[in-house]
Amino acid sequence: MSLKAFHLVFIIASILMAFGFATWSFLNYFSPIGEWTDLASGIVAILAGLGLVVYERFFLRKFKNVSYI
Amino acid sequence: MDIPYQTEPRKDTGLFNAKLGIWLFLASEVMLFGALFSSYILLRVGAAPGDWPHGLLNIPLGTINTIVLIVSSITVVMAWASLKMKDFAAFRRYQTVTLVCALGFLGIKSYEYNDKFSHYEIQLKDGRVADGHLKETTATEYVLHHAHYVNKAEAAKVTHAYQEREIKHEEITVKKEDVKYMENYGPWHSTYLAIYFTLTGLHALHVIGGALVIAFLWGPGAVMWKTDPERYTNRIEVSGLFWHFVDLVWIFLFPVLYLL
Repeated sequence: MSLKAFHLVFIIASILMAFGFATWSFLNYFSPIGEWTDLASGIVAILAGLGLVVYERFFLRKFKNVSYI
Repeated sequence: MDIPYQTEPRKDTGLFNAKLGIWLFLASEVMLFGALFSSYILLRVGAAPGDWPHGLLNIPLGTINTIVLIVSSITVVMAWASLKMKDFAAFRRYQTVTLVCALGFLGIKSYEYNDKFSHYEIQLKDGRVADGHLKETTATEYVLHHAHYVNKAEAAKVTHAYQEREIKHEEITVKKEDVKYMENYGPWHSTYLAIYFTLTGLHALHVIGGALVIAFLWGPGAVMWKTDPERYTNRIEVSGLFWHFVDLVWIFLFPVLYLL
C-alpha cells in the first residue's frame, strides 16, 4: 500500500471521527445541561468533516497518476 | 555490490525493500497498540458502574491536537508529492510545517501532562475529599484552584465527560494538619490514568521518533536528493507511512480517551 492509499484511509477515518464528534456534541447540546458551545462545536465538526470530503476529492484528482500499491 | 530493489519494486511483491520493511514494522505496531486498546476496553467494560472516571481530560486541547495531526498528515503527503514533481523547495516548506505540527502536538501534550501532575486529590481526616489543582503551598496550607469537595453519590452519576461541568468549582484552602493522604493524578492514581499515560506516552514517543526521522531527512539526510533522488523520494514515502500510522492511532485514541 502506497502513501497515497494510506492517506486516503487516514482521511476517511478522520471524516468519520469528525462526524462522530459532531454527533457527540449534538447529543450533549440536547441533554439537560447542554450549552451553546456544544452546538457550536457540533457545527464546526460537521464543517470540518465536509471540508475533509472536499479535500479528499481534490487529493484523488491530484494523485490520479500515482499507484495505490 | 548493489543491493537489489532499493528503488525499483520487486516483481512478485510490487514493493521496494524499504516499503516492505516499514509495513512489516507497522504490522508489529498494530499488535502493540491493539493489545493496549484491548486492555483499555476490557478494563473499562469490567469497571463497576460509577467507578470509571469521566471528564478528567481537556477536550478542547485534545481537539486542537487532533486537528494538528490531521494537518501534519496532509503536509507529509504534499511533501512527498512535491518530490515526485521534482520541487525540492516545496518539499522543504511542507515538511517544515509537519515538524512545527509535531512540536505543537508535543507542547500541548506536555501541558496536559503537567495539568494532571498538578491536579491533586486530598483526603482529609474528617472524611472529606478535596479535589483540585495545587495553586500554592505555604508552611501550613495547601491552596487548591478550580477545586471541589468530592461527593461520591454525585460522582457516581457522572457517566459522560460533559457531565463534569455540573460540578461547581471554587478555590479551597486545606490546612496541612488536616490532611490524611494526598496524591496527584499521575499514572499511579487510578487504572484509567495508568492506561491513559501508557497509551498517550507511547504515542508521544512515536511522535518524537517520527519527527526525528522527518527532521533528519529534511536536514542532513537531504544530501541524497542530489545523488539518488528516486531513493530519497522512497525514503520520504516510508517516513510518511510511519507518520500516518502515528496519526491514525491518535484518531482512535482521541474519542476513546477524551469523549466516551
